Amino acid sequence: MPNVASDSVVPPAAPPRAPYPVHLGHRIEDLPTRATRRSIGPYLLLLPVIIALILALAYPLGRQIIMSFQGFGLAQQLGTAPPEWVGFANYRTLLTDPAIWTVIARSIAFCFVNASLTMVIGTALATLMTKLSTGVRIALSTSLLFAWAMPVIAAMTVWEWLFNSEYGVINWLLTQLGLDYTGHSWLTNPLSFFFVATVIVVWMSVPFVVFSVYSALTQVSEEVLEAAALDGAGGWQRFRHIVLPTIMPVLSVVTVLQIIWDLRVFTQIFYLQGAGGLASKTDLLGTFIYRLGISQSDYGLASAVALFVLILTLVITSGYVRSLFKEADA
Amino acid sequence: MSKRLANTLGIILALLWIFPVYWMVNTAFLPASQSRSTTPTFVPFGGDFSAFSRVLTPSFMNSLFLSLRVTLLVVVVALIFAFLAALAVSRFRFAGRKGFILTILIVQMIPAEALFISQYKMLQGWGLLNSVAGLSLLYVAAVLPFTVWMLRGFVDGIPADLEQAAMIDGCSRTSAFFRITFPLLAPGLVASGVYAFLQAWNEFTLATVIMNPSTKTLPLWLRGLAIQSNQATDWPGVMAGSVLVALPVIIFFMLVQGRMTSGLVSGAVKG
Repeated sequence: MPNVASDSVVPPAAPPRAPYPVHLGHRIEDLPTRATRRSIGPYLLLLPVIIALILALAYPLGRQIIMSFQGFGLAQQLGTAPPEWVGFANYRTLLTDPAIWTVIARSIAFCFVNASLTMVIGTALATLMTKLSTGVRIALSTSLLFAWAMPVIAAMTVWEWLFNSEYGVINWLLTQLGLDYTGHSWLTNPLSFFFVATVIVVWMSVPFVVFSVYSALTQVSEEVLEAAALDGAGGWQRFRHIVLPTIMPVLSVVTVLQIIWDLRVFTQIFYLQGAGGLASKTDLLGTFIYRLGISQSDYGLASAVALFVLILTLVITSGYVRSLFKEADA
Repeated sequence: MSKRLANTLGIILALLWIFPVYWMVNTAFLPASQSRSTTPTFVPFGGDFSAFSRVLTPSFMNSLFLSLRVTLLVVVVALIFAFLAALAVSRFRFAGRKGFILTILIVQMIPAEALFISQYKMLQGWGLLNSVAGLSLLYVAAVLPFTVWMLRGFVDGIPADLEQAAMIDGCSRTSAFFRITFPLLAPGLVASGVYAFLQAWNEFTLATVIMNPSTKTLPLWLRGLAIQSNQATDWPGVMAGSVLVALPVIIFFMLVQGRMTSGLVSGAVKG
């Protein structure tokens, strides 16, 4: 008989049990021969991931923290002088510069409007899906799936074409409806620029919300709903007291994801700026950092703003991370 | 709400959401002259493949090969790395395991915009700006957290008893793993691989930062095609380019769609 424990430090007889509580659904106690603190096996298996994350994320993060305390003037940009230590100057600028606060406020407003619209429309569509005949439901979910699958840049080119001032189908349609939109340029005015951006972002984001919420809605018990209806609960009451509590976990996760996605809509804004938007009036945090750092080589201030975005994101997602961590058997 | 009203609303919404995708395909088959008309053409009667032949240029082929190289490298490396880590997290209990899981979860939340300045400076210092290696390194790190998380779920789902039973029947640990566990893992590897493919193929932000205008991945090429000069834009050409970029994505996406939805809800963030 082959030695089962040949590559294990712990002998197969009388295996030590895991010294910490074992959570539901996991089989720690079934793995006696490998559950040991002394083995270097697991660390070797983790090594490639750890090295990749250190190289591509941890090291740049450290550098970015250092850079946020440095100044990059003209001499540094020409490569003739090392960066200069400026203490908290970049952070002072971040806190006091009205231009930066305009961008932050604009980003938060954009994020709020887009995430709310996406959640409301997505939840409404998911509810509608439960009321459709099978054929219509398949048609709707297929078209949502196509919209979701579109690569972001391919979607942007199509929307640019739809909103094209001369030959765009949207201007044509509005003109047919009796409004004079011939040759109307959508991207030059910042407000209408953000309207276009919102249409695109919502169109792209809604399918994910619909599918997530719809699958949660199918978990709502029909019997309970019927019983409540018999007891005289109206439509809103049933939604508020039965449906909502059931779908709440999914709803809150999806909301958090939408918020952090809509806080950093780099691709869409960057693309629309290139297609005719005025960058200085339409920058959101992502494009602002890009312009500051990559275009103007002000790495110090760009790093400080980027760290602000990082911290904001981690604060928003901390509850979500905690719940995922609890769900994991860690 | 009556069923008829609901169905009517459902059909209108379905048409509304599919319309941009339809419009892309429709325009791609129109002759250039027909796309520049005050009245749009809604069905591509009399259309042809000329727009496709116009965009299949050497610059498209260069971008295609660049994107294929980056994507393939990212998928293979990320799958191997993530698989090893998933095994460690799922099959072993060791000091630092919780810390590793927590790190993976937090890293998933980090937006590209929060680090691309220093990633740019780092690759510049290493002479890896504008290179397949540099871009792939960033992509691998970006997809690893989710692939580890997803594969961990799959490994968890395969009872270790199965392996042990095989070992009692005479298999070595390695052969038990490859004969029993690995085949059961195949769907998980496919799903994670497709996820990594989609991310690397579609990614725009880091590519914009890292690659210069002469070396473009497909998304950068497509943007260049659409933006070059607004007045004379060849829209059927741009739409044909979009169809070419989108087609493999849509096919792969349909294959793993169900798993992506549940995966995203239970712990993925990169989208």
